[in-house]
Amino acid sequence: MEKEYTLAVTVENKSGVLAHIAGLFSGRGFNISELSVGETENPDYSRMTIVVKGDEKILDQVKKQLNKFIDVVKVIDLSGATAVHREIILIKVKAPAQKRQEVFQIAEIFKGKVVDLSHESLTLEVTGIADKIEALIKILQPYGILEMARTGRVSISRGAGKKGGTTNG
Amino acid sequence: MRMTGAKAIVEALHKEKVTTLFGIPGGVVIPLFDAIYGDKKLNLVVTKHEQGAIHAADGYARSCGKPGVCIVTSGPGATNIVTGLATAYMDSVPLVAITGQVPTAMIGNDAFQEADTTGITRPVTKHNFLIREPGELPLVLKKAFYLATTGRCGPVLVDVPKDMLTAQIEFDYPDKVSIPGYSIPEQGHARQIKKVMDAIKEAKKPLIYAGGGIITSNASDELKKFAKTTGIPVVLTLMGLGAFPASEPEFLGMLGMHGTKTANYATDRCDLLIALGSRFDDRVTGKLELFAPHAKFIHVDIDPASISKNVIIDIPIVGDAKQTLREMNKQAQKLAISDWLSEIARWKEEHPLTYSNDEVLRPQYVIDRLYEITKGDAIITTEVGQNQMWAAQFYKFNKPRRLITSGGLGTMGYGLPAAIGAQLANPDALVVDIAGDGSIQMNIQEMATIAQRALPIKVVILNNGYLGMVRQWQEYFFDRRYSATCLRRDKRCPDICCEPGPHCPPYVPDFVKLADAYGAVGIRIHKKADVDDALREAVTQDKTVLMDFLINPEENVTPMVPAGAPINKMISSKEDADAFLLA
Repeated sequence: MEKEYTLAVTVENKSGVLAHIAGLFSGRGFNISELSVGETENPDYSRMTIVVKGDEKILDQVKKQLNKFIDVVKVIDLSGATAVHREIILIKVKAPAQKRQEVFQIAEIFKGKVVDLSHESLTLEVTGIADKIEALIKILQPYGILEMARTGRVSISRGAGKKGGTTNG
Repeated sequence: MRMTGAKAIVEALHKEKVTTLFGIPGGVVIPLFDAIYGDKKLNLVVTKHEQGAIHAADGYARSCGKPGVCIVTSGPGATNIVTGLATAYMDSVPLVAITGQVPTAMIGNDAFQEADTTGITRPVTKHNFLIREPGELPLVLKKAFYLATTGRCGPVLVDVPKDMLTAQIEFDYPDKVSIPGYSIPEQGHARQIKKVMDAIKEAKKPLIYAGGGIITSNASDELKKFAKTTGIPVVLTLMGLGAFPASEPEFLGMLGMHGTKTANYATDRCDLLIALGSRFDDRVTGKLELFAPHAKFIHVDIDPASISKNVIIDIPIVGDAKQTLREMNKQAQKLAISDWLSEIARWKEEHPLTYSNDEVLRPQYVIDRLYEITKGDAIITTEVGQNQMWAAQFYKFNKPRRLITSGGLGTMGYGLPAAIGAQLANPDALVVDIAGDGSIQMNIQEMATIAQRALPIKVVILNNGYLGMVRQWQEYFFDRRYSATCLRRDKRCPDICCEPGPHCPPYVPDFVKLADAYGAVGIRIHKKADVDDALREAVTQDKTVLMDFLINPEENVTPMVPAGAPINKMISSKEDADAFLLA
């Protein structure tokens, strides 16, 4: 059955690694729906959060192929409920004076922040899980979305441990 | 000790006990070739084309088990080895390729002979490195050899900008490396091995399906002991030929698209398939859903990603084939499977590999005679296509590392340069390239390398005037529409033609003259009666000999499993193919 899976992938922090991983996905016909990258607590390593669409068999291959890469240090499957997922959206909407108050209210409901304001528009920053972001976009659509940028999700396991990974080592 | 980066590379090659390497110089790697110049421990073989260099390194590695090394320049030098890297990657061959790169300051500027080598080669190497600090060179080379030769072996590329070659560095070669994202599976898990042995005890119709992993891990003796102790019959993949002696009664032949009927029937009927160092390639399985439909699957492989990739495995073992088989041998017992063995014996008797024994000069006969005259003891390299399949079917491989062939990628033009590597790794062996008149021309320039080095390689061209395997598919599945496959075609030919006419040249090119031009001996064989004399003359001469056998042009490789069919549905003629297409 086609599902979405979230993988946290620890990789060596050096050039070419992102291209390598992107190449794996395109070369083997896997679909990435979200991808975000940043440094970890150890500056030698970066962490990628990759959201993959597919069935169990594809997920199994993706994990094995990622583990096979020399530059991949660890692959953690965060698809279960025991992980926290967050995404940031910056969204610029039309907000002339008469509509501005309504948009402020929406921002408040979504625990968002106004990060930029002009006579004709304002830009909101909202953090949340994908469902919340989708809901926000839907609600703002009638006002006229001028531009938006999403980070893709970052995810981390709950609790103190670093459990759940499959490593090469 | 302080030295240039180029000298450090040479020192690293010494440390890795490299004695033979292949390559072609170019602008940015002049400092490296300068450091090699006059080195007494390194035999540098300069080929005529970079593709020749990398296939030669590959043939060297496959025939002796040591890593092959190849050095080429930036840009076109590097792009010319891409096919060779992909060839080695698909067949898990340990190679280290060192490519020159434009100076660091010029990278990304579209400099002369610049190409993004690590970017281009990433999908066809096990790993690659771009050197950014000259001081990294010793450690990176250590890692490159370590990665190439351990775990599932493969090609590793090191891209070295020119300024890294000329910089002064401290040479300190590490004894060991540890790479956080890399571990090597060793012996399979004891509990899994126990499960495997239990499944084997229960099986009524067990079958061993072994591949190139047995050869890479030098596990042939262990495999033989296992099959002999248990009595389980063995089928081999193309890459596995020689991993188990063809002369043993347990051997049923190669399985898959051009496998023996016995091997394919046994695979179809078995109730337990023991896959050892093989990867369920589509040329082996045919229609996947109907592959070994009654069987439980065991899979021993060093690469976890190979397990359950195509076929869901019941008992997986991640581990080295040699060490795992050793453990399995400790628990192995003779099985009571005489019914299964007599069923197999019947197939063997009813369906041997055959060909018409008439007056026509047929390729199978040539290989048969080559086998007899070389006493089965030659190292055979092949090109790709019909020549390769006939070699696999009719030369009986009794030892590992005797068949050197591009299995996964199917690279035409592989066999001749691979023969150079095989001959250099095995100076006393008789090395024979079995070729087609099409594929030999893809790296024919290496005849010059062979002649210059006075290598006594024998080339057997099975000359049918066609790109024969494609022509065979066209005959069976495209109504004999020989589009683009006739090698004798010239400007006078009609658009549609499937029969040579009176104006057709007898052959193109004249390989005997070509042999002469390169300083080799050329022999043309027209008749079946002349085959033995030619082969005997060739093997007794200490010279490069090219034999041009003008074989039956429309000879086919049979049996054949049509693409997408299950492997027990084999065809042997045009009529069979028609029936298959109608079904």
